[in-house]
Amino acid sequence: MSMPVFSAANDPGANFLELVRRVGLSPDMSQWSESLGVPHATTCVALRYSNGVLIAGDRRATSGNWISHRGMEKVVQTDRHSAVAISGAAGPAMEMIKLFALQLEHYEKMEGRSLSLEGKANQLSSMVRNNLPAAMQGMVVMPLFAGYDLLASQGRLWDYDATGGRYEEREYVAIGSGSMHAGTVVKVGWKSDLSASDAITLACRSLWEAADADSATGGPDALRGVYPIVATIDESGWNKVSDDTLATIFETIAQEVRSR
Amino acid sequence: MSMPFYVPPEQMMKEKADFARKGIARGRALIALQYINGIVLVAENPSNNLRKISEIYDRIAFAGVGKYNEFDQLRQMGVRAADLTGYQFSRADVEGRGLANQYAQIMGQAFTHESKPLEVEILIAEVGLTASADRLFHVTYDGTVVDESQSCILGGDTEAISARLLPTLDPNAELSVAVQKAAVALAGPDRSLTAEDLEVATLARGTERRCFVRVDEAQVALFLQA
Repeated sequence: MSMPVFSAANDPGANFLELVRRVGLSPDMSQWSESLGVPHATTCVALRYSNGVLIAGDRRATSGNWISHRGMEKVVQTDRHSAVAISGAAGPAMEMIKLFALQLEHYEKMEGRSLSLEGKANQLSSMVRNNLPAAMQGMVVMPLFAGYDLLASQGRLWDYDATGGRYEEREYVAIGSGSMHAGTVVKVGWKSDLSASDAITLACRSLWEAADADSATGGPDALRGVYPIVATIDESGWNKVSDDTLATIFETIAQEVRSR
Repeated sequence: MSMPFYVPPEQMMKEKADFARKGIARGRALIALQYINGIVLVAENPSNNLRKISEIYDRIAFAGVGKYNEFDQLRQMGVRAADLTGYQFSRADVEGRGLANQYAQIMGQAFTHESKPLEVEILIAEVGLTASADRLFHVTYDGTVVDESQSCILGGDTEAISARLLPTLDPNAELSVAVQKAAVALAGPDRSLTAEDLEVATLARGTERRCFVRVDEAQVALFLQA
């Protein structure tokens, strides 16, 4: 690729999305439609705990009654102190996350400093809004944004609607087909002074119950060694919980269920 | 109709080159060198905000000397080209060599066709998975690319600086030692540089995807004390 050159008046600045548009790499979303039968990503939760925020999601993608992917990663680290989880049409959603993460890195490199967490949440809001033409045809992308705000010294989280509406949540949020069950479990167990490990267990329980009641949500798959993605973000940054730890937690939950 | 004066090409090139060299020599110099865990870049730069060294991509850094607005524009073009290539293909497809060649095209074009050549020299440093895969591409004002090994010096007074630096080169040196040697080579015999006068960054081989790390002033001060 040759180096893009712009006149001073016409310069896209640190905006990677605008740059992608200018060089003609943006997709035409007007033709996208639900009838294409693309895979859908399902349940994700995020919650605040005492010194940060936790974000988690199952690994399943479905096309109608089919399980189309068992290992999808719908919780993605977008930079050192933030992450996005998505539900909805998988193709546009994964592309949105990829572009969002690139935008954060591009801004940081062009400007020599990171966007504020609030700025990142706003950026994602405009990306969801730009997806509105596709959303109108059923290709809805529902992201959830969580991060540690270095200016406010606390974890923060946001969810969005299809028009780019941005809602900051104070305690927890769940999205996707299993969100009612996952959200209820978190709601019952949530406290403001949860430790990181309590928060991890609570998130695992919520995904377990969602998978138990919602066919589109995948549970822990011990057979294939595929576990949900669970990560905490605190002042020191993103920290993904290892599969071994998750295996132990889910085994404990399974034993409790057996002994009921 | 008035006729423009005829200027022989030799003379035109020479004058343009002299002009660019003079502009570059006015600024302060910059050194890149290999150390045990990657590449360290050390620039004499009293400003804490106008950077001479920056990140282009996961394993690639950019350094420039000369006119700030000119090399900063080149830096931005590099970040854009790298991010677009990585987006369109894969992160593994972004390479220092390709970037250096594109810079050479742009700077060479400006040198021959524009009324004023760019008064900058730039360096594309790429850290490899092993020391032998490290790359230092030095691009000069006329678009010449030099593939340097172990170390590279940009800016004015390069001969004196290299005479001081080359005998002390050691690609297996610790970071602190490499920074010290670079600081001494930049300063010369008559003065010494403090941490405030230096801008230091590394491309460190490690587990992180993004290898570029700035070394802050307090850390540089510690290195210089030792």
